[in-house]
Amino acid sequence: MTNMNRKVAQIGSEYLRTDLPTFRVGDTIRVHVKVKEGTRERVQVFEGVVIAFHRAGIGSTFTVRKISYGVGVERVFPMHSPVIEKVEIGMQGRVRQARLYYLRALRGRAARIREKSRTLVNG
Amino acid sequence: MSKMAILGKKLGMTQIFSTDGNRVPVTVVEAGPCVVLAIRTPELNGYSALQLAFDDQKPQRVNKPDAGQFKKINVGPKRFIHEVRVDAETAAKYTVGQTLSAADLFRVGDPIDVTGISKGKGFQGVIKRHHFVGAQTVTHGTHEYFRHGGSIGCRMTPGRVHLGKRMAGQMGNERVTVQNLKIAAIRPEENIVLVQGGIPGSVNAYVTISFAAKKVLYL
Repeated sequence: MTNMNRKVAQIGSEYLRTDLPTFRVGDTIRVHVKVKEGTRERVQVFEGVVIAFHRAGIGSTFTVRKISYGVGVERVFPMHSPVIEKVEIGMQGRVRQARLYYLRALRGRAARIREKSRTLVNG
Repeated sequence: MSKMAILGKKLGMTQIFSTDGNRVPVTVVEAGPCVVLAIRTPELNGYSALQLAFDDQKPQRVNKPDAGQFKKINVGPKRFIHEVRVDAETAAKYTVGQTLSAADLFRVGDPIDVTGISKGKGFQGVIKRHHFVGAQTVTHGTHEYFRHGGSIGCRMTPGRVHLGKRMAGQMGNERVTVQNLKIAAIRPEENIVLVQGGIPGSVNAYVTISFAAKKVLYL
């Protein structure tokens, strides 16, 4: 990225989204995604834990993991995609890793994430 | 006869989002403004073409014959001079000294070919250069032949290696054309064309963007 041409960087940055709230790894979020079905467009919600960020300017993505009918499902969202309508932040988790890939090996109670204490958030 | 083209410089790649939310990988190309340096005509030169020049150069960096050419049509020295073969009617539409920009020539969605010099890979073996698979076994006594290409021919008949036999050699640093790319966006005020997909060459390499040779144009 450091050697990227200024103009190239600028073109990418014009497509950046600044309207999404800041969430972090470990947070439980609800991603509202626009889905096109034929001609109709509707909004689908994907709720789960953010387990990773891939920071790459306009190409940035984040990965959300949830357990759906007993099966782990991970979805990678382009962070700046117009397909994302909005992001709601639920519980803010306290985690010590930047990437929570260890959750894949864990089920049920073991896969819980501690909530960030209120004092920490305010202080 | 190749179609009308413009000269440009590859600036790098990024991605944009299309209106329907898809990610589109694009190459950013600074295309033009090009100056028509000379027009080749069948009467004078035996063929018809436009000689285009692109990208400003310091005066001390151009040789005297080129400098004279630039002086003749009263433009600053340029770095990249390239001829574009067009038919006589097309060539007649342009005048010497005229400035061409990408926005005059192309529209968003136009099918294009991009020609450039690919990145040099040096002398490469057959596995990298021709996608040979190499030794499929490392047992049964195979040694020192893991990345070789195997036999290169027959025996006394024909007694020679077939012409064009793929072997190790220089890879890259050659003229490459990528066909049927698409123009994703044009920014006239910056002379920038966004080409969907990758194009040959390194960053800052000079390229030629032409209308796709194998697509019928609506023009």
